Amino acid sequence: MADTPREPYVGRAMKRVEDPRLLQGIATYVDDLRLTGTLHAAFVRSPYAHARITRISTAAAKAAPGVVGVFVASDVNQACGIVPCAADMPNLKNPQHRALADGRVYFVGHAVAVVIARDAYTARDAALLVDVDYEPLPVVTDPEAAIKPGSPLTHPDLGTNVAFEWSMSTGDDAELERLFKSADRVIRQRMVHQRLTPVAIEPRGCVASYHRGEQSLTLWTSTQIPHLVRTLLPGMIGVPENKIRIVTPEVGGGFGSKLNVYIEEALCSHLAMRLHAPVKWIETRRENMSATIHGRDQIGDYEVAVKNDGTLLAIKSRTIADIGSYPQLLTPAVPTLTGLMLTGCYKYKAMRMDVTGVYTNKMSTDAYRGAGRPEATYLIERMADIVANELRMDPIRFRQMNSPTSSDFPFATACGLSYDSGDYHAALAKARRLARWNELLDTRARARKDGKLFGVGVSTYVEICALGPSKAMSAGGWEWGCVRIEFSGKATVITGSTPHGQGQETSFAQIAADRLGLPIEDVVVLHGDTNVSHYGRDTYGSRATVLGGTAIVMCIDKILAKTRTLAAHLLEVKPGDLTFEGGRFSANGKSLGWEDLAPAAYVAKNIPPGFEPGLEASSFFEPENFTFPFGTHIAAVEIDRETGETRIVKYVAVDDCGPQINPLLVAGQVQGGIAHSIGQVLFERTVYDEQGQLITGELMDYPLPRAHDIPEYVLGSTVTPSPSNPMGIKGVGEAGTIGATPTIANAVMDALYPLGVRHLDLPLTPEKIWRAIHLGEDDRGGARIPEADRSAPRYTTADVGEGALEVGNV
Amino acid sequence: MISAPFDYHRPSSLAEALSLLARHGDDARVLAGGHSLVPAMKLRLAEPRVLVDLSRVAELRGISEKDGRIVIGAMTTHAELASSSFLAAKCPLLTETAPQIGDIQVRNKGTIGGSLAHADPAADWPPVALALDAEMEVAGPSGSRMIAAAGFFTDIMQTALRPGEVLRAIRVRPTGPSVAYVKTEQKASGFALCGVAVVVDRAANRVSVAITGIAATPFRASQVERALEGGPLTAERIGEAARVAAAGAQLLSDMHGSADYRAHLAQVNVRRAIVRASART
Repeated sequence: MADTPREPYVGRAMKRVEDPRLLQGIATYVDDLRLTGTLHAAFVRSPYAHARITRISTAAAKAAPGVVGVFVASDVNQACGIVPCAADMPNLKNPQHRALADGRVYFVGHAVAVVIARDAYTARDAALLVDVDYEPLPVVTDPEAAIKPGSPLTHPDLGTNVAFEWSMSTGDDAELERLFKSADRVIRQRMVHQRLTPVAIEPRGCVASYHRGEQSLTLWTSTQIPHLVRTLLPGMIGVPENKIRIVTPEVGGGFGSKLNVYIEEALCSHLAMRLHAPVKWIETRRENMSATIHGRDQIGDYEVAVKNDGTLLAIKSRTIADIGSYPQLLTPAVPTLTGLMLTGCYKYKAMRMDVTGVYTNKMSTDAYRGAGRPEATYLIERMADIVANELRMDPIRFRQMNSPTSSDFPFATACGLSYDSGDYHAALAKARRLARWNELLDTRARARKDGKLFGVGVSTYVEICALGPSKAMSAGGWEWGCVRIEFSGKATVITGSTPHGQGQETSFAQIAADRLGLPIEDVVVLHGDTNVSHYGRDTYGSRATVLGGTAIVMCIDKILAKTRTLAAHLLEVKPGDLTFEGGRFSANGKSLGWEDLAPAAYVAKNIPPGFEPGLEASSFFEPENFTFPFGTHIAAVEIDRETGETRIVKYVAVDDCGPQINPLLVAGQVQGGIAHSIGQVLFERTVYDEQGQLITGELMDYPLPRAHDIPEYVLGSTVTPSPSNPMGIKGVGEAGTIGATPTIANAVMDALYPLGVRHLDLPLTPEKIWRAIHLGEDDRGGARIPEADRSAPRYTTADVGEGALEVGNV
Repeated sequence: MISAPFDYHRPSSLAEALSLLARHGDDARVLAGGHSLVPAMKLRLAEPRVLVDLSRVAELRGISEKDGRIVIGAMTTHAELASSSFLAAKCPLLTETAPQIGDIQVRNKGTIGGSLAHADPAADWPPVALALDAEMEVAGPSGSRMIAAAGFFTDIMQTALRPGEVLRAIRVRPTGPSVAYVKTEQKASGFALCGVAVVVDRAANRVSVAITGIAATPFRASQVERALEGGPLTAERIGEAARVAAAGAQLLSDMHGSADYRAHLAQVNVRRAIVRASART
């Protein structure tokens, strides 16, 4: 037997084992399921943002050939329970969010009735035959106006549009006020974090099937969270948890929009039980735009207390979070994540954040890629530039003097968190080196001399990932895994973390193959079916690899310990005498591999005393802390002075997510995240008009980034292991969209600096920039940047080592 | 998304297509590449009872030359136009414009005739047809007729086509190389927020300029053309003439671009297009 040690799989940029089936179109999505006798659901949805339903006539729809039933609120709401909100928000005023609108609609797209028919075409046609009379009511769309006295109310029965008020601060506020009083300057800025539509390429959809004999329900649903659905759905539809199976087939994108329990899942489940047939619903794109959660939508007033030498003292934020019409699963928690990360990479001494959650007649907001942390990083990193500008300091020097050094970790923040590990200065230095910083400044100087608008932007960032320790989560923050060595010696790895595009079928196989000494082809990773993966807390908050991966490591440790006793028994040596390498236990020149040990464990004729047959272990991993990945991004942009169009001419990202299991997956996550940011910074926004009509209700009006919008990325990384888990890993699913938004925005604002423009809210559309250039519009208000400052270089050259540097994990 | 029910016909000749349209009258719609009509049907903004698909009518497809005119069959796709070396030599405005339409999938299915007959106010072909003084060859129940491009686009999504008529071909004169199409995209749809087609006729010392995306119909910027008559195309004269690009237009205004911004883009793109066209010799 050849004993050449194999290069470990972990750390290799391996292509995904998932890709061939996805690329060949032979993967199975919810819509690909074909169960015999399936009935199809189509929804009747409100065209009004706020109205009283005075009459619903379902007779014509019910009479249509092929229609099985038409259901309105009074038919199903009692049986479908209340849509859950799992966020810990003690003073939340929560309207009863039920399956169908009962007497009143609260947003455009609010489901009023559901038609069930023998095929999807009949269902859709019959939905148009449902005749609903609406009496329009005053509409609330502007969250700032909504909390003024005399505003119309979204939910009149609550008596207010305020959903909740929440605040957090560093210890006592007296210290905060003292710091503000002692500051040389207090610099203020209001920022609008626009509403965004997640737009997963695969819309939502589900198929529910009820087995009357077993009294058990199976729900196939395009979700990020089958386990949370299994925990929450029983309380809605009255089927015991141990009689419910949730399956997520292939999921074509989530980005937080499928981190929810939606009314359609409860309704299809209920109707499958009631009608004794499988019920299928596939969301249309228009429904996806109007009735699947939106993201962001905060308005903040920020105040930073600073000394003239650039020392940051304290920060205050008053934030209005637009909830939309109902809290969905985690809606109130999103702005609290902004609060937790309000001080970013910086040594603020004190902070305070006050959040007012406001109901409006719009679709709910909830977690969208980054969920509260992009808002935090954007505001803190825009403020860093604004403050540095006001102090006439180099924005990079300003960041360096205010951020902790590597010896400051674990670093206690003014928000009460303990950042696990980091070297922010190293990531910044590396990003500048990869960007060829001094050359970039020369390029900018030359471009400006030629009359071009050319800007450089920098953002450092830190994010909170691996959500999270159970003490900080409302329903458990652990993750579960199971590893089984099969009779044949091959391994089956089961994770509760439910990947849906992140690639853990590959990265978890890499982890397991190395630790078990198996070829990666002999490891299969299963997930996404609660009858296979019994427990889990699923994928969100860049948690799956850190928590799910660690649970797998724990399982393997248990199996190795157990197998060692078996191997010792069979080889007639002491367990401690065995070495384990390359998948074989060896001593005294004799060795046994999995192909020997697994059958021995299952045949169980010759096993040590007290040895349980089989080779399987499961584990729950409970983290002690979050992880705090970080990095520095640098962008250069050129703006067409006449049209206001922005072109990204250089993009450098240095991300530190700890050791990388698979650098190709890391790069993919970072690249996709930056693309999301390009959309948010340059053109995406969800628009409702004053009547609450959704103007961006289809992809003809909601712009997504396309291939030609994406610049060439220069990606690099630093590696600072986290002490929170044995592999030292940190998570990277949201890093790109957290780091990139302020970077690109800062670059655009730097390009406009010579014109005296101080701050513009996102998105920085060509027209917005054109108006700033030619009409003097500026969201900072007041006078433009003084003429004398405009020609100042802002950024200074630095000795960052301009020599050749290998891109990647160096 | 699911459309309303409809009957579907796929004739193999123009005569058959015309007879189907005559038989079904107002219930029928012509289906060309389907990239505007089918999405509208899925959103139930259009609910035709009968579709007459022209994709198998061979006589409506292809590029030829006849009597000194280039004849482009209405069912010729954007992709076929984009890749035609004949057009690149004889009428390069067409090969410059075609790749700027939609994406590869749209260009592979979408047709020049479908685009012209749909008359979207932000489509790319209408200003090209105007700038080239194209003639629309139309077949109908009572025979064929020609409609000048200048009289073809009557209002938003409205043309001079009569019920039962089919756009058969587009006829244009060959041009020299001094042409350009300059477009600012509406970011979501890829249609023109402002597109400008320019043909510089050096022999006649004349410039044709047409603009799409900023008004209910595409239009010839006749004030710009007049301002440039009879003199050299200097940067100063072009810049001066471009200032009146949107003069008199009833400007569109929406979340993708205010009337002010569209008017401004018209000036910029007219200037850029004339500069670019006149530099091509």
